[in-house]
Amino acid sequence: MTDAALSPEKLGAQGTSTEASYQAPQGTWHELRRRPVFLLTGGCALLLLLLAAAPGLFAGWFGHGDPTVCELGHSAEGPAPGHPFGYDVQGCDLYANVIHGAGASLGVGLLATGLGLAVALVLGCLAGMAGRIVDSVIARITDVFLGFPFLLGAIVVLNSFTTRDVPTVAGVLALFGWPTMTRVVRASVRSVREADYVVMARSLGASQWFIVRRHVLPNALTPVLVLATITVGGVIVAEAALTFLGVGLQPPSISWGLQLAGAQNSFQTHPHLLIFPGLFLSFTVFVLITFGDTVRDALDPRGR
Amino acid sequence: MTYLIRRLLEALLVFFGISLVIYAMTYVLPGDPIAALAGDRPLAPSVARALREQHHLDDPLLVQYGHYLAGLFHGDLGTDFSGRSVAEQMADRWPVTLKLALTAWGIEAVVGIGLGVLAALRQGTWTDRTVLAFTIGATSVPVFVLAYTAQVVLGVRLGWFPVAGNTDGWPTSYLLPALCVAAFGLASVSRLVRAEVIENLRADYVRTAVAKGLSRRRVVGVHVLRNSLIPAVTYLAIDLGYLLGGTVIIEGVFNLPGIGQLLFQAIRAHAGPTVVGVSTALILIFLAVSVLVDLLNSLLDPRIRHD
Repeated sequence: MTDAALSPEKLGAQGTSTEASYQAPQGTWHELRRRPVFLLTGGCALLLLLLAAAPGLFAGWFGHGDPTVCELGHSAEGPAPGHPFGYDVQGCDLYANVIHGAGASLGVGLLATGLGLAVALVLGCLAGMAGRIVDSVIARITDVFLGFPFLLGAIVVLNSFTTRDVPTVAGVLALFGWPTMTRVVRASVRSVREADYVVMARSLGASQWFIVRRHVLPNALTPVLVLATITVGGVIVAEAALTFLGVGLQPPSISWGLQLAGAQNSFQTHPHLLIFPGLFLSFTVFVLITFGDTVRDALDPRGR
Repeated sequence: MTYLIRRLLEALLVFFGISLVIYAMTYVLPGDPIAALAGDRPLAPSVARALREQHHLDDPLLVQYGHYLAGLFHGDLGTDFSGRSVAEQMADRWPVTLKLALTAWGIEAVVGIGLGVLAALRQGTWTDRTVLAFTIGATSVPVFVLAYTAQVVLGVRLGWFPVAGNTDGWPTSYLLPALCVAAFGLASVSRLVRAEVIENLRADYVRTAVAKGLSRRRVVGVHVLRNSLIPAVTYLAIDLGYLLGGTVIIEGVFNLPGIGQLLFQAIRAHAGPTVVGVSTALILIFLAVSVLVDLLNSLLDPRIRHD
């Protein structure tokens, strides 16, 4: 029995298990790969990205696929052969428009979140690593921006712009999106900072920048990336809401928000104008939130 | 007490920060507001000069900001293009917005907490997953799409609710709009409650309560729930501030004559000063609510210490 307990296989097994606990990301990956929801939403997210990056691949499936070729005679007609989603008010093919709308909607979402993430990483690392004064200055600035309700803040700022395209709207949404992410980065930087391996690296004479790059950032990145995925969904909904109010994107941009905003007056008589862009938008946001959620669940052992 | 003072000072700092940002965004940007006031036909130089003086436009920036702040402290949120005070326009609209926000808040609290407890008690089953999918789904649909759909289906086709306006008074006219406002926040509330209940179900005091023979209903309903609701209450209290913002679109769609509708119509009419004034008021209320919540929290739960 004692032999069996000390057998090489057993030792080997123990060895791998300790190794696995050090390599948490890999463990998470294994955990995630077994979750159908993760695979499903991940696949959908990739498909939507492809849709946004290359709408031409999908737009021509049923008809000509050009969102700007329109016949006014067909204004707001329902689904017909070659036009599965029908026509919009201008008589353009709605399917082609919805497919091309993914670019601007996801573009605003990704750009705003990316900008916010960049700011959050810089400020979060600064607040977490630098001294108390820097930390509290950054905390106060964060408080100021968290004090704005997202929608109202964006309305005030966008109201003063006369031309609003994808970069402007994304920039304004980033302005109100970075504080939450900064808090998350700061919290994880703080928890990493006192870890044994960082203390050791410091005692070996590693520079602050080396520690941030080599130890702090890789460990602080995952939680904020998860939050970023969910934020992309939130930004897409916010863009639609702002565009609906009239302070978001403007034509000739093609976005789901613009299509939904244009459908509001004719919804009662032509529901398809609201339903199809609405379905695509809601599905995208749902996929992104669920995807981020699943990863967060897998990372956080408390939820298991 | 030290905490109280610190929190108030902090809130003051945030207030100055917010007002400065709003001020910079609206008044410092290029373009001459007086020329814009006149439209195509230029104003007589004397009139323009008088107006510039009246609005302190020739003073240094900081002095201008000082005048703006002094106005804010006196409840002056600016005047619209035709000279009416924004604060005055808002005065008789408050009851509508408050009724809508509070109704939505009640729905969000009751349904959110209910769904959260249900999901926690059936953890890992299809009920749990359905609750999660349903609440995330409700978050994913833009609020105006939800509002139009509800308006046409439940209001026009089925006739269960009044379609628009507040002629039927509270609660009939407010139920459907409030449901639409509340749908967005359900996911956060139910998830928060679910996590807390699951955590508390594992606690020692629950085992003790079960061991001494209490019914499950009493254990969950009294012991677990009471301890699980603190984070939810905090979240809900802060959410009240957000709900005030969320009423903008809903009041516009359902034609409820509240603050949100004023903002909605002002944005549509490109009435810049009104937009800024109303938003500023709503943002300041949000700030006040979040400070109050913080203070209430430390009163409610002595375990929360801030020193």
